[in-house]
Amino acid sequence: MNFVTALRKELMEQWRTKRVLVVAAVLIAFGLASPLLAKFTPELLKSIPDMPPGLADLIPAPSLADAVGQYIKNMSQFGILLAVLMSMGAVAQEKERGTAAMLLTHPLSRLTFLLAKFAALGSMFAISLAAAALGCWYYTLLLFEALAWGSFLALNGLMLLVFLVYIAVTLLCSTLARTQGAAAGLAFAALVLVAGIGSLPRIGEFFPGQLFSWGGEIALGSEAASWPALWVSLGMIIISLAAAWFIFRRQEL
Amino acid sequence: MIRVENLHKHYGAVHALDGLNMTVEAGSVFGFLGPNGAGKTTTLRILTGLARGTSGRASVAGVDLRSDGRRLSRRIGYLPEEATFYPWMTPREFLDYLGRLHGLSAAERSRQTRELLDLVHLAEAERRRIGGFSRGMRQRLGLAAALVHNPDVLLLDEPVSALDPAGRKEMLETIEDLRGHCTVLMSSHILADVERVCNVVGIIAKGRMIVQSPREALMERYAKPVFEAEAADAASASRWADRLKVQPWIAAISVDGAAVRVTVTDILRARKEILSSAVAQEVTLRRYEEVRPSLEDVFLQLTGKEAAL
Repeated sequence: MNFVTALRKELMEQWRTKRVLVVAAVLIAFGLASPLLAKFTPELLKSIPDMPPGLADLIPAPSLADAVGQYIKNMSQFGILLAVLMSMGAVAQEKERGTAAMLLTHPLSRLTFLLAKFAALGSMFAISLAAAALGCWYYTLLLFEALAWGSFLALNGLMLLVFLVYIAVTLLCSTLARTQGAAAGLAFAALVLVAGIGSLPRIGEFFPGQLFSWGGEIALGSEAASWPALWVSLGMIIISLAAAWFIFRRQEL
Repeated sequence: MIRVENLHKHYGAVHALDGLNMTVEAGSVFGFLGPNGAGKTTTLRILTGLARGTSGRASVAGVDLRSDGRRLSRRIGYLPEEATFYPWMTPREFLDYLGRLHGLSAAERSRQTRELLDLVHLAEAERRRIGGFSRGMRQRLGLAAALVHNPDVLLLDEPVSALDPAGRKEMLETIEDLRGHCTVLMSSHILADVERVCNVVGIIAKGRMIVQSPREALMERYAKPVFEAEAADAASASRWADRLKVQPWIAAISVDGAAVRVTVTDILRARKEILSSAVAQEVTLRRYEEVRPSLEDVFLQLTGKEAAL
């Protein structure tokens, strides 16, 4: 019951502080821009004056794969960055301000406190990503051709899972840190670490970043699968949240 | 209602609490006094479950602090020294949120919110964002937040330190009115406030309880008679004080400009000899009175002793 109360407060906070609008605006902007960039970047390149003869012919014609690739590239950069930025103060700020101490002397368990934050952040990204996906799908339809709904939904589901990994890891960092500044430092270090390990050959196939590639292939009709990366991502979420709870319940406020 | 037995709290080499023992009876308003760094806030944080003791036992309203935190949170209300809130919320929303956490029905929340905002004089600001509140307003809202579920025990950490004189008076009256309804443990460094509202006083220093007693008994036992006088000039006041301080019936003497404050052990001799000493020294007095010793005198005497140990 108190989870619903805490979640309600978190969602209200996201709305009142306009965080949900910021996330939605950024993701929607990149959702819309992705097919546009894919379509018009070759046109812009061809229109550069004094281009050597024949070079323009080497620039490939834009395709559906370019639109999907651009969408994945934008979301994998800005979506993850936003996930870290929006989550890094979630616990540390409440500890620093003293609101956590005010609240946790009432019947609100530390686990509920953390889970409500994770659920609210996840909901904010789910809603924003849904709006961005809708915009991207529509512009892709206008400029290229229709993307299959099911496979595009799968791509976005996998993207959301990657965002949730970064939200959970950042919440852990925010729980570890006493101040927002320290939380920000830890969160960006974690971002670099996860992304760095994920870019290594072989090992990277098991990391969350692989889900973007898998989602792209699904969206374009391939049947390739990267199940290990999915399980590892789910495991990272569960382990990060469990670690955050384990640490938070022992912390003195 | 509150029992603390041999409670220790160590932060590395620092012993914030060093075997604290304390008992607060149900229905009392307990004044928890001590110099800065004595361990008052640490004690309160342990009693709320926000911190843990290194060793020792404590229970609040029958709930052992090592057991279920949720049971404890339903029995206590806590106001920290600096009450903090979500700046985007209104007082009504915040109290409603806490009411939901305590499982109050919508009707109970509505009634409780209205009554508490009236009690702390924030009814007119109920729809304003807390972000624009003064520290005093936040402190008053903090008291309302601590009372939202009618707790058995109210733990107040310096509840009036941020308030202006009028706000302080109102807050103290509110706390006084709670006597008999719930048990109040109030830490403060403003001794006059404690003297006014608390019926039991505990004095802590260096993490240990020096004395705990009903206020009147404490005053009777420790308060020594005090005389205050004001000489015509500082030089004669100083000369007179030098003569007085060698007398065996003087406990302490302090001079502040032309003002002299004399604490005595034998009031009958003091009554006879202080004025005759002034006459003998040809000191002109503008004012002379026998004053009622205050809790401050007792506090300084006891904490001074502790410091000297």
